[in-house]
Amino acid sequence: MNKVSNQSMEQPVVSDRAIDSLRLDGNAAAGLLSEIFASDVTVGRAKCAGCGATRAIGALHVYSHGMGMVVRCPGCDGVVLRVARTATHLWLDARGAVSIAIEGQS
Amino acid sequence: MAIPGASSGTPATSEPVATARILWRIATVLEVVPETPRTRTVFFDVPGWPGHRAGQHVDVRLTADDGYQTERSYSIASPPGESRLALTVERLDDGEVSPYLTDELHPGDQIELRGPIGGYFVWDVETGGPLFLVGGGSGIVPLMAMIRYRVALLATAPNSAETLRTRLLYSSRNWDEVIYRDELSRLAKTDRTLEVVHTLTRAAPDSWTGFRRRIDRAMLNETAWPVGENPRVFVCGPTPLVESVAGTLVELGHPPALVKTERFGPTGTPG
Repeated sequence: MNKVSNQSMEQPVVSDRAIDSLRLDGNAAAGLLSEIFASDVTVGRAKCAGCGATRAIGALHVYSHGMGMVVRCPGCDGVVLRVARTATHLWLDARGAVSIAIEGQS
Repeated sequence: MAIPGASSGTPATSEPVATARILWRIATVLEVVPETPRTRTVFFDVPGWPGHRAGQHVDVRLTADDGYQTERSYSIASPPGESRLALTVERLDDGEVSPYLTDELHPGDQIELRGPIGGYFVWDVETGGPLFLVGGGSGIVPLMAMIRYRVALLATAPNSAETLRTRLLYSSRNWDEVIYRDELSRLAKTDRTLEVVHTLTRAAPDSWTGFRRRIDRAMLNETAWPVGENPRVFVCGPTPLVESVAGTLVELGHPPALVKTERFGPTGTPG
């Protein structure tokens, strides 16, 4: 019952191979991010605050765990977004993104 | 795991508009069809379903008696335009959700799902072709939605067949675990612009003349459309397969922007 993900958070000593197998694409975060953004943000583009590269959010790396998700830049591995769910709130930490551009309706 | 949804405060009857939030909806099981020993396709009736694009997924939410909730993502197997929503789910023995979906669901049962989700790993007719689809295991599911959608498109616009010519490279552990095996065989026989190439990584029938190894550079070199044809590439499967295939294709000269990936991890996220 979600023990795998909880353990991997409590025990930072997890092999690289195990961590690699948990890596997903940005599309995997689309459902959770739809609770925050009005339109599908995975087709939007985020500029990484770490390395400055701009990519579709769907092309970023996602690490999912019981409480939420961490979205990382595939270029520099910097954290672009963190989303966490608590009993009462959904938290978004977007300090790793210089900007997020979402196609608007003209 | 209780049948979820009874205590949910999420309205399931609101009519969505194009810009509306993605809603949790109550889906009713219509039919459960075995695909392989480990996979089942579950057909749902989803009132108010706004339609989807080939390659999108849904989130499924289960709620236990004590209120504990868990969510997983599953790719949609049915093509756009079909009235029943189909999810093909692989049973993960230590999974929290998939054994429930594959073993416990029966016609009439209800679950909560939201979608369609994800506009990145999608193929529309405007995306064009040729298409090079690479799948591993249940990673075939969103690719099958694309293949089925292409079949529907070509039924009304047969002149597009050459433009939308498609190759599928599909890696399975053995012949009995090839999902949609008969359908793929039938489609490839009747459509010369659809090629299906299997590779079997663990065991193969004695008469097998196809590939018998994991997807590698030589196999991709042999099966992918030439870079000059600007193929649209979609790769879906377990994370190591996806990363190896996508990385190799980029090394072979395919532009990263045309190589879209969907990894799924051990928790059954899209697949």
